[in-house]
Amino acid sequence: MNEIAFLEPDPGIIARRGEIVDGLAALVTDECLIADARELVPFETDAFTAYRRVPLAVVLPDTTDEVAAVLKFCAERGVPVVPRGAGTSLAGGAIPQEDAVVIGVSRMNRILDVDHANRTATVQAGVTNLSISDHVAADGFFYAPDPSSQLACTIAGNIGMNSGGAHCLKYGVTTNNLLGAKVVLLDGTVIELGGKALDAPGLDLPGLMCGSEGQLGIVTEATVRLLAKPEGARPVLFGFDSSQVAGDCVSEIIGAGIIPVAIEFMDKPAIEICEAFAKAGYPLDVEALLIIEVEGSEAEMDDMLGRIVAIARKHGVASIKESQSATQAAQIWKGRKSAFGATGRIADYICMDGTVPLGQLSYVLRETYAIIERYGLRVANVFHAGDGNMHPLILYDVNDPSEAEKAEAAGMDILKLCVDAGGCLTGEHGVGVEKRDLMLHQFNEADLNQQMAVRAAFDPDWILNPSKVFPLAFERRGAS
Amino acid sequence: MAALETLAPADEAEARAMVAEARAAGRTLAIVGAGSKGAVGHRIEADRALTSTGLSGIVEYNPEELVIVARAGTPLADIEVALAENHQALMFEPADWGPLLGSDAGQTIGGIAATNLSGPRRILAGAARDALLGVRFVNGRGEAISNGGRVMKNVTGLDLVKLMAGSWGALGLITEVAFKVLPRPETEVTLVIDGADAAEAARLMARAMGTSAEVSAASHLPANVSGLALGGAHAGRPATLLRLEGFAASVAERAARLAGLLETGRDVAELDAAASRRAWTAVRNVRPFADGGTGPVWRISVAPMAGPAVVAAILDKAQGQAFHDWQGGLIWLRLDGDDPRAALVRGAVAANGGGHALLVRASETARADTDVFHPEPAPVAALSGKIRAALDPDGVFDTGRRPFGPARDAA
Repeated sequence: MNEIAFLEPDPGIIARRGEIVDGLAALVTDECLIADARELVPFETDAFTAYRRVPLAVVLPDTTDEVAAVLKFCAERGVPVVPRGAGTSLAGGAIPQEDAVVIGVSRMNRILDVDHANRTATVQAGVTNLSISDHVAADGFFYAPDPSSQLACTIAGNIGMNSGGAHCLKYGVTTNNLLGAKVVLLDGTVIELGGKALDAPGLDLPGLMCGSEGQLGIVTEATVRLLAKPEGARPVLFGFDSSQVAGDCVSEIIGAGIIPVAIEFMDKPAIEICEAFAKAGYPLDVEALLIIEVEGSEAEMDDMLGRIVAIARKHGVASIKESQSATQAAQIWKGRKSAFGATGRIADYICMDGTVPLGQLSYVLRETYAIIERYGLRVANVFHAGDGNMHPLILYDVNDPSEAEKAEAAGMDILKLCVDAGGCLTGEHGVGVEKRDLMLHQFNEADLNQQMAVRAAFDPDWILNPSKVFPLAFERRGAS
Repeated sequence: MAALETLAPADEAEARAMVAEARAAGRTLAIVGAGSKGAVGHRIEADRALTSTGLSGIVEYNPEELVIVARAGTPLADIEVALAENHQALMFEPADWGPLLGSDAGQTIGGIAATNLSGPRRILAGAARDALLGVRFVNGRGEAISNGGRVMKNVTGLDLVKLMAGSWGALGLITEVAFKVLPRPETEVTLVIDGADAAEAARLMARAMGTSAEVSAASHLPANVSGLALGGAHAGRPATLLRLEGFAASVAERAARLAGLLETGRDVAELDAAASRRAWTAVRNVRPFADGGTGPVWRISVAPMAGPAVVAAILDKAQGQAFHDWQGGLIWLRLDGDDPRAALVRGAVAANGGGHALLVRASETARADTDVFHPEPAPVAALSGKIRAALDPDGVFDTGRRPFGPARDAA
């Protein structure tokens, strides 16, 4: 198998391990430092588990000042630093390397300020995504981005990967919901960007931080927008006899001026996997399923659903099932959000994350099946049809090296297909190590050099999260 | 600026060549679109102007994909017509500061991107930078750079799109933009709450935004401004405006629900769609202060609830008028006389939770003595400087306009 390469660990740093650990111990309390070989193992990978590298040490600071001290210490010694949230990256964004210190923000998990009148929450960056919504739910608010990993993933990681979720069509992704951030720069300087105002002065540095995959600095606090919860929300299941027809139906709904809060697509294999796991009441006799969620008052939802149902009927929808209760609605979403986990119970899989223009969905889906067939594999498709973000889950047997290799190759072919159809390699998971070597399929050298020059404005020596995002040949060039 | 020789490339290749030539010759270029905002910022000192207006036309627009791709010099008016024909719109409601600045030049879509100019709907639907999905630009090396794309979710590489949005021409010449578009609301109404002072209005607007009514714009016009925006009917009375948009039945239902929820204890009038559009156009384009003069006008951005205190602190020590958009957090302030009173304005912002203040309009002499854009703290300014160097190492686009960076006396 064509292994993804990492930068060669620096033997000089590894030789100085004891000295580095001692230095770190002087900067943070004992419970914040992990240097024991066994205790380091849980940090060797993230949710991209095919690759593992045990780090030199792990620091889980309690304060911004500690993050600053540790970062400065590492930078001055040329020790690579891998920032980490909850370690849920599907792209290997948090996989460390043998000569690197992991700085994790998981202990910095306090909600610092909730301001209903200004509709903001200021949180330490290790707070989990869902805990913000949970914290403000009783008062009628929520935090909009809702990645499937929201129970575990941190705001720091969400910022690093510009995380999205199922409701982006209406509410946007992390960058659209982040108002301010406290960021520790490589030399230990702490800067405050933005705040509770709706725009920030100067260059849009909060925007630049989103999706920067931990290569610019470490975010220790964030101010995010809260939104008022809709009066009601109702997901409805629409079953179709073909994926093509389901795709056409989505196009027409949007063309008619209707923007539901979510339009999720599942093909037959995905429906079967999710239904077996979540018992959500998905129809099993259809080829494709749309979960369309509308929001508002009862009357508004009825009105909008009436319009959507009329369009679906025109396209010969095979079955329509409305959720009759909050429990049923939760069940429907549980099925969708557990798609990755449920798939993991029946097979090994790799999950792709390309985004394509909405008009290309049907074509890309068709070609995806052709690619999978060519490699003799199986695929389950779940994706955010409303925003074009596709998630083919390529199933394979991890114990069969030839299958694993084929799955990886098929995944790369699918991502190239997405780019060639006018889309991009990754909509919400990030490049990480996984898609790094495809960057030249989407960008030319000048594009990548420009991105790396901006990165170098923050980190000229490639200390932060090396081996990620940019092809290694470029990293080496940058560092030299 | 008007006296500058203007280079107007007809395509991206020509733009690259012009920038490369300027770089080689050590010349500076001032990037402009239609030029409607040329009076914003410090006096531009450049060897040539480089305009995007030759790069015009819609490149790709399939309404069902909710994206429009256009060359940067395309007149905004052309974009809006094309979108309206398909019942769509740029949801951030680009503002037009032309009337305020005494310009009738119109705007380009690239100029909207480069200044991140958003209108009242920003509080619900996001800013220009949120809708900007992709850019092509020519950097200070004369290279064409592509970043972002034409899809709504994209985390492939560093997001330089955000840097270009609001860069005011300091990082490169934007040649092409891709904006997300959405169906334009079928109709709208605006509730006008009569007689609330700024502090009460802030509480009402916060309460309204905290409901599920999906208020798409919230503005407060004090007694000395309301007539200028709304016409005779409300002249001399403070007016607090809340807009609802969408399908007609939904708008009617939400308007009734919202009026009930707010319990204002005040008279609440309703503006129909046409009157509502007129009112919000006036707010968006700062019509109350479009007086044909050059007296100082500030655009101040703070936390919504801090708005009234900031205005009170300033107008306690200076004569002028102010009104609020964005639930109170976007303050438009006109000061009498010629002195922008920058220390007073920025001191009031700093004392009330922070934010920033841009001197959108002032006489040339006043601008020469003032930090027009909000000065950045030293470490942020240092970073901005390095980012600028990463895009434009030789300062081809460094024209003294200074849209970011440290205070002048720290520079």
